Amino acid sequence: MTALLAVVVAAAVTTAMLTLFVDVESKLRKEFRNYGANVVVVARDGGPLPFGSLETVDTVLDGHGIAVPFAYAVARLQGGTQQAFVVAGTDFERARKLNSWWQVDSWPSTPNSALVGARANSALRPQGGPIYAEFNGRPLKITAAGTLRTGAAEDSRVYLPLADFKAWTGVEPSSIEIAVIGSPAEIEATVAKIGNALPQAEVKPVRRIVEAEANVLGKTQKSLLASVAIIILTAALCVFATLTTWVLDRRKDFAVMKALGASQRAVNALFAAEAAAVGAIGSIVGFLTGIGIAAWIGRANFHAAVTPRFSVFPLVLAGSVVVALVSAILPILLLRRVQPAIILRGE
Amino acid sequence: MFARLIFESFRRQQRRKLLAGLAVTLGVSVATAMIAVATNIGDRINSELRSYGANLAVYPDSDALEVEIGGVNLRPATDGAYLAESDLPAIKGTFWRHNITGFSPMMPVQVDLRTPQGKSARVELIGTYFRKPLRFGEDAFTTGVTITHPWWRVSPAWPTDDSYEVAIGERFASVHGLKPGDVVTVSGLNLKVAGIVSTGGPEDHAIIAPLSLAQQILGKPGAVRRVLVSALTVPEDDFARRDPKTMTPEQYDRWYCTPYVNAIAHQIMEAIPRSRAEQIRQVAQNEGIVLSRIKGLMMLVTVAALIASALAVSAAMATAIFERRREIGLMKALGAGNTSIGAMFFTESALLGLFGGLAGFIFGSMLARQIGLWIFDTQIAIQPLLLPFVLGIAIFVTFAGSAASIRRAMSFDPVFALRGDA
Repeated sequence: MTALLAVVVAAAVTTAMLTLFVDVESKLRKEFRNYGANVVVVARDGGPLPFGSLETVDTVLDGHGIAVPFAYAVARLQGGTQQAFVVAGTDFERARKLNSWWQVDSWPSTPNSALVGARANSALRPQGGPIYAEFNGRPLKITAAGTLRTGAAEDSRVYLPLADFKAWTGVEPSSIEIAVIGSPAEIEATVAKIGNALPQAEVKPVRRIVEAEANVLGKTQKSLLASVAIIILTAALCVFATLTTWVLDRRKDFAVMKALGASQRAVNALFAAEAAAVGAIGSIVGFLTGIGIAAWIGRANFHAAVTPRFSVFPLVLAGSVVVALVSAILPILLLRRVQPAIILRGE
Repeated sequence: MFARLIFESFRRQQRRKLLAGLAVTLGVSVATAMIAVATNIGDRINSELRSYGANLAVYPDSDALEVEIGGVNLRPATDGAYLAESDLPAIKGTFWRHNITGFSPMMPVQVDLRTPQGKSARVELIGTYFRKPLRFGEDAFTTGVTITHPWWRVSPAWPTDDSYEVAIGERFASVHGLKPGDVVTVSGLNLKVAGIVSTGGPEDHAIIAPLSLAQQILGKPGAVRRVLVSALTVPEDDFARRDPKTMTPEQYDRWYCTPYVNAIAHQIMEAIPRSRAEQIRQVAQNEGIVLSRIKGLMMLVTVAALIASALAVSAAMATAIFERRREIGLMKALGAGNTSIGAMFFTESALLGLFGGLAGFIFGSMLARQIGLWIFDTQIAIQPLLLPFVLGIAIFVTFAGSAASIRRAMSFDPVFALRGDA
């Protein structure tokens, strides 16, 4: 029946849009995490962080984020100009996950091999070869395993694996950069939890990242909301029009029932029940189809599954039944005053 | 005769035609509004992405290595090369000048500062533009950190450009008890604190000053250490990443005339002598990713909306035609052939599609404008080219919607239709 089809289509589209709307925020937030750290932990006095800070942060995060330690020191080239440069120690595996925009031609894998920033490369090893550095009188031959390009401060630094860095300089990490996945409320909660777990440290959100994300995500959600509202309204109107016509088409049945003596209330109840049934069945089928559509959109655009939101179902069911009932009752009310004989005659 | 039939049909069945027309108008409004929003959202979100700050950095090409940890510069400020401040307005003379929303020169220098209480402290002073008016050719524009660093907040006000006012980072201010209105001394100069600046970054421990002041303290007038540029770009693809030197002339033209961040960097290097410009990857790479996701999402939602409105219009047309099956039966009984009946109904549908489409386009444009104002505080521009496209689709959908119904109605035996039993 066209009436049932209309309800199914409308329910499917509504379900797809609502599921998408609820899910889009978490999908987009994951994309925004590509920008890197949104929380930074530093020691209050500018010195090194307490021992075991990274493990504490990992425990608090519990998988909802990546934490990367960074340690810095100023070293010099042995001999020649004794050019000073910043050498940093970090965990490459974690850094790679956190900073996806780092352009690296090859990641270091052997001891004392480093990632050399593009500008440090031309300044420290213009002819290639290893970097002979010294820190506080302690020499180290650093093999350049790969070049790092970011367009920012990292290009002027030499990055060593944290263990090698600590063995050479004895300097502990002074900052931990963290990408926390979640809404601003969740990020604030995580900041508070880490702050409690590390009282000697200062934990603060990276304002630039958090604010810009809130701005862009907010505008995107508003656009999606406007679109979803328009679509649902159109779908509802489509159902309304189709069902009203369907009931009007059956005015002969209505007239026969009244001519046979059925009360207005009995007729109302019958048509309302039929409409409600169409609304209910249509919404169930439509809901399942809608989940499929939303899943397809999720896969096509985000390459990730869109979780079916069963919380949407009561809304879709209630909406469908209400619209169906209104569409059925309105024509009946209009026909109420017309004499059955006129309808049966075919006018 | 045919024209009279159509005309009479519209004149006598106004209510029915109006309802059908209303359905078409509604469907077309929705479609127009959605298409307008979807095609514009890319540009709008691109502008919003500028809140992440500069995506290009310009350095002197023969610069010495930077030695900087956590915002503190350990290299002597007199070391290294500089860009010339007088060359900077040329940034707004490049091919993509309208995509460049702003730029800020940076000139950091370590100074000894004396507070009004007489305490002394070593601090980094960063010279830059705040809201500096500049001219290039006939273009006048304003640029500075108020554009390239929107997350910087100041209370109560930014220093005036080229003045002896400064803004103190909030951490430094709280440690040394400085407030707006205080006078601090740097290199024998008395500087008024115009405001306390809060950035959430290392600048909170520094002082932000007009560029001219930093140059004066350093004794290098007209010098700039680096420039941060904020530009509207398009996401990178494989073509964008190629080396321009390996391109044929046509490819080079195409690359140059597309606002890839690399192309804009290339043009900046052409405009400023002895410079090197490159993308700040954290910002430039990720905005491409985020933008593609959002555009893709809106495109798919628009497709869903178009399908929904097409179905709504089809349903309305189908119902409108089906209601008139007795009329069709009467015409057949009077001897009209299927072709003439079909032609008449299709023409009516086409006219409904045309006028409903026109009205729908107007309402849809108004709706899109309202949505644009509500979300982005700017008008969403409606492409005039959209009108023939939308009208074409409207007529096509009304056609398709009527087709099945007309065929069904035509297959009814006229006798049943006339008897009222259909």
